[in-house]
Amino acid sequence: MLGLNSKDTSLLLVVAALTMLAPFILNPFPEGSELAQFNAGYPDLMQRFVIFGIFAIGFNILFGLTGYLSFGHAAFLGVGSYGAIWMMKLVTLNVIPAIIMAVIFAGLFAVVVGYISLRRSGIYFSILTLAFAQMSYALAYSVLTPITGGETGLQLKSTDNPIFNNLAEGEIGRASLFGMDMRTSFELEAGAWLFTFNVGYYIAAVFMLLAFYMSIRIFRSPFGMMLRAVKSNQNRLSYTGLNAKPYTLAAFVISGMYAGLAGGLLVAMDTQVGPERMFWTASGEVVLMTILGGAGTLIGPVLGAGMIKYMENIISKINDNILHQWFAWMPDGLEDFTVFLIHPFIGKGWHLTLGIVFMLVVIFLPGGLVEGGQRIGRMLKGRKKTSGGDGDPEHHPKPAPHVAE
Amino acid sequence: MGILEVKGVGKRFGGLQALGDVNLSVQENTVHAIIGPNGAGKSTLLNCLIGKLIPDTGSVMFDGQSVLGRKPHEINQMGISRVFQTPEIFGDLTVFENVMIPCFAKRDGAFRLHAFESVPKEKDLVQQAEEMLTEMNMIDKRHMHAAALSRGDKRRLEMAMCLVQQPKLLLLDEPTAGMARADTNNTIDLLKEIKEKRDITMAIIEHDMHVVFSLAERITVLAQGTPLVEDTPDNIKGHPKVQEAYLGQAH
Ligand SMILES: Nc1ncnc2c1ncn2[C@@H]1O[C@H](COP(=O)(O)OP(=O)(O)OP(=O)(O)O)[C@@H](O)[C@H]1O
Ligand SMILES: [Mg+2]
Repeated sequence: MLGLNSKDTSLLLVVAALTMLAPFILNPFPEGSELAQFNAGYPDLMQRFVIFGIFAIGFNILFGLTGYLSFGHAAFLGVGSYGAIWMMKLVTLNVIPAIIMAVIFAGLFAVVVGYISLRRSGIYFSILTLAFAQMSYALAYSVLTPITGGETGLQLKSTDNPIFNNLAEGEIGRASLFGMDMRTSFELEAGAWLFTFNVGYYIAAVFMLLAFYMSIRIFRSPFGMMLRAVKSNQNRLSYTGLNAKPYTLAAFVISGMYAGLAGGLLVAMDTQVGPERMFWTASGEVVLMTILGGAGTLIGPVLGAGMIKYMENIISKINDNILHQWFAWMPDGLEDFTVFLIHPFIGKGWHLTLGIVFMLVVIFLPGGLVEGGQRIGRMLKGRKKTSGGDGDPEHHPKPAPHVAE
Repeated sequence: MGILEVKGVGKRFGGLQALGDVNLSVQENTVHAIIGPNGAGKSTLLNCLIGKLIPDTGSVMFDGQSVLGRKPHEINQMGISRVFQTPEIFGDLTVFENVMIPCFAKRDGAFRLHAFESVPKEKDLVQQAEEMLTEMNMIDKRHMHAAALSRGDKRRLEMAMCLVQQPKLLLLDEPTAGMARADTNNTIDLLKEIKEKRDITMAIIEHDMHVVFSLAERITVLAQGTPLVEDTPDNIKGHPKVQEAYLGQAH
């Protein structure tokens, strides 16, 4: 279907079903129950899942296929966001032109950054991309304040008057898709459960599915094969008559455009942007997402993005009071001690939890969560199948060139 | 006129004249070997042919065009394929993909953004690659990762990758260096087999006399950066200058 083989088609259909049903799947616990805080099925977080999924899918086209580790991809996310918000401020509140603008801006910027950074490889390439991103951050923060709003960033204001919208005097515009407000939600109560279906989420989800579909096509294309060849042996590649430079640059620009798409969607959801979106930690996060999920695999980056955004939003919400409630059944002294032990890993300590999970994955599952899934799958199949070439290299992830190397 | 014409090529490294005044002409459909003792300048000469080094003097013409100053991928696109001393293959890719890549390079040139096409749909190229693998007795290994192949199979695969491009000139850089006698003989058999099946021009840089005499139709003997003699293997064997060049070395 759609030019995919049957295995890829079923993967795409499963992912499509999961994203469409996410409001149910992510809200397994009844409203008001103790476990309800583990529910992730609220619009803001679901939007983040799919948007950062797009970011990571794009990053994986560069890093997973060619092995070039960019440490500055947040710059493209940021540039896309600024492009999108200006489109909304000046032209129209419809999100589609804003998103297109975001992709174009990010793509053009990626041509420049990629052209220069790809003169070097390995760690020098990573440092060059990092330098570009930090430069962009610093410029957005200070010198470019007239365009970027500096520290406070940009948001839609009552003074904005997009030419294609007739806003009343003093009215603050809202992002919409042909009149459908991004923030509109439908709620469904089913017994003790509450499910929320948000327009913005579904629009972002459709973009994510499109992005995922294109990434499968790229992975299976001759172009994708060349990118894997770049990673495998550049010397052989050039003596085979192929020029590695335009291939890597194309991969860089495509992944920059994915980042721009993610940036544009972020603006479409909450109509604001600040320079911190380009800070180096944001670039590092997408690296973590991709490696955590499984670099070079199709679905890995989406899983990684979901996992990190889940921890960032859910684990960070848990506090000592909640822990005390959970462990109330223990004798008092033991209860306090248990809470004391867990305390560093929750709330602001979610970074620590993430760090530990990341280390465990890198050490024990070098192929990321996808490898974990494959191992479980193999165990369930009763270890009947021994691993070996079934002609599908992306599904046998190898240890990726890790950040620390 | 040969397909490869080397005229007056010289190369200095600091005070060392690595290549003096090399003239060489490789004729079409012949196997031409370049031999010489250690440090004779064989590798330097080869590097001048494939764009890795630029000679100080002289010219290198291939098929009527100069190769000097061109990048490796451009030289390949002119029709020169190269086999390395240790096989250079795409270890992370399957055997089949390894052979498909040169097919794409030959058809589409140095770059093409075929991001939304599909590899299996390129029926002609798939057929070419499969025929090549069949010829090399590797078709049953097509789904294997190239890195998992034995050393001998890696050499066969690299050869397949070069031959599938139907190069006008195949360069071999000490294809048996560091090999055990059995592996050396296998490589010689492979090369002979290839030669028998098709019209091919090969230039072999070699240290090992045994390899050269069983394969080559023309031999150039290089010593201290200059060609001593160029002749048929039979004439070279008994040539006093050759004896001298090899025996004069501190072996
Ligand atoms: N990059 C370089 N810089 C300086 N000197 C070099 C360089 N490359 C080669 N040489 C010198 O040039 C001379 C010729 O070297 P070359 O490697 O071409 O010889 P060779 O015939 O390939 O020998 P071998 O059989 O040992 O491989 C040698 O004396 C070598 O030390
Ligand atoms: Mg040498």
